[in-house]
Amino acid sequence: MIELTEVTKRFRGTRAPAVDHLTLTITDGEVVVLVGPSGCGKTTTLKMINRLIEPTSGTISIDGVDVTGLEPHELRRGIGYVIQQIGLFPHRTVRENIATVPRLLGWEQARVERRVRELAEITDLGADMLDRYPSELSGGQRQRVGVARALAADPPILLMDEPFGAVDPIVRAKLQDELLELQRRLHKTIVLVTHDIDEAIRLGDRVAILSVGGHLEQYAPPEELLRAPANDFVADFLGSDRGIKRLSLIRIADIDLEPGPVVPPGTDVERARAVMAEYDTDWVAVVEGDRMLGWVTDDRLDGRSTIDGVDLEPFLTRLTPDDTLEEALDAAISSHTAIAAVFDDERFLGMITVERISREIVR
Amino acid sequence: MIDFLGDVVAWFLDPAHWLGSGGILGRTWEHVQISAFSTVAAALVALPPAIWMGHRRRGGIVAVAVVNIGRAIPSFAIIALALPISIRLGLGLGFWPTFLALFALALPPMFTNTYTGIAEVDPALVEAARGMGMTESQITTRVEIPVAAPVIVTAIRVSAVQVVATATLAALVAWGGLGRFIIDGFAIQDNVMVFAGGLLVAGLAIATELGFAAFERRFVPSTASRSTSEDLLADVTVAPQHG
Repeated sequence: MIELTEVTKRFRGTRAPAVDHLTLTITDGEVVVLVGPSGCGKTTTLKMINRLIEPTSGTISIDGVDVTGLEPHELRRGIGYVIQQIGLFPHRTVRENIATVPRLLGWEQARVERRVRELAEITDLGADMLDRYPSELSGGQRQRVGVARALAADPPILLMDEPFGAVDPIVRAKLQDELLELQRRLHKTIVLVTHDIDEAIRLGDRVAILSVGGHLEQYAPPEELLRAPANDFVADFLGSDRGIKRLSLIRIADIDLEPGPVVPPGTDVERARAVMAEYDTDWVAVVEGDRMLGWVTDDRLDGRSTIDGVDLEPFLTRLTPDDTLEEALDAAISSHTAIAAVFDDERFLGMITVERISREIVR
Repeated sequence: MIDFLGDVVAWFLDPAHWLGSGGILGRTWEHVQISAFSTVAAALVALPPAIWMGHRRRGGIVAVAVVNIGRAIPSFAIIALALPISIRLGLGLGFWPTFLALFALALPPMFTNTYTGIAEVDPALVEAARGMGMTESQITTRVEIPVAAPVIVTAIRVSAVQVVATATLAALVAWGGLGRFIIDGFAIQDNVMVFAGGLLVAGLAIATELGFAAFERRFVPSTASRSTSEDLLADVTVAPQHG
């Protein structure tokens, strides 16, 4: 656990503090994202944790131990550090770069080599990459080496300063996914700085929104931030589309589904048309128990007494409870009736409508 | 003209000109001695403070201005000024005044380039090194010096070549070296000897240059001279194909 208590940083020659009485607790195993406009002190805050910047007042402790009680270089060897420019050593191979901290810690050669190979695998770097120099790598590969180097001595804490700021959006999205995947396996305590609110929402278990001068405006899980911004600053920073952003954080399993325009086999056409009218659709689905048999349009029912015997169409777009409301919205909008069906394997669970999703947006 | 060049060749082919205390070999050795001594002494004095100030990235501008005063005074003037002092102190005629002149010549480029080379190491490298837990001296020895090595070696090379060329002046104040052929040649109006002396000095300077170039190729990694930040910018555009 990392605890910042009443931390203030005033740089020499400036009147306003860069960080002003900041108190923040970072729980073990969580990804905490510090986000805010430039000048909000997010990078300063990050660098005070590993003492690249010393606080003017206040205390920072890791697992109850005040960081100022340790030699700075000893402290830093126990904390992974990744920066935007990555800072790979150009005169050293990828292998030597990754081995930096283990070497500083005096590991024996065989152990270092084992660890380097392990990390190359974890971070998806081919073994043939290890003997290359940084100048021979692509931006994405370099970023992976930077992460591997930070993880080399298996530190419980990882500090990341705009780690994906220097790569293009496509590579960035991929690296973000990789970081989440890595985190699922390694359960590090990660403190990440970004100015990109979408990145913060995507990566953070908890997001701290800072305003200029290092004031903590809100510290909450992303879903809570988007649902209940603490003040106008937070709401502005999240953007007017925060309702839509929130959809990517809610799973279909989290909300109540509607039965949708469904009828059991043997239903007479009159009744089926009443169900269609209720949902304002021109089609109806036939469900037996929890088994979806398919759907049929209104015009195909002309001249029949019951729906039995008509050819049913299968649902092509099938959502699962694990899908997000963002995906559900996409699916529902693509269907001309604005309804999408949700299945758990073969089991039909219910339907989700655009109307239901929009209720979630404005909540 | 052809006759003259023939005489020069003949001069070089005369074994008597090669051996003995005043021969080519002896004079070359003297020339190398005073050049190497001056260059090494200047490097020992210039590099440590230049590296230290470069690491701190402070104080360098003033220091560079100070050492460059040495550059402003002609080597010949330094010898002229140092000669009476050397005699008075009982240090002899030629060696120390020449040494002083060469030392003053070699020091400024070494100091300036080393300071600049270290101070201009990509700050991201230094921050990464510090953030990973290197001590300040480890940052200097493991990151800054290796990365700035091409610049530092080049600075030493430039100084050494200048020193070898200028050490010719030693002959003016009764020290040996290849300058003797030129001075003595003038004295006895032997143009062949003057010309041969000039060739020898030029040859030694070129040999010094080539020797350093070979050293750089062998011991200084070429990758060290490539700046990561420049690469990164160039790389971003091609990243999607790789990533």
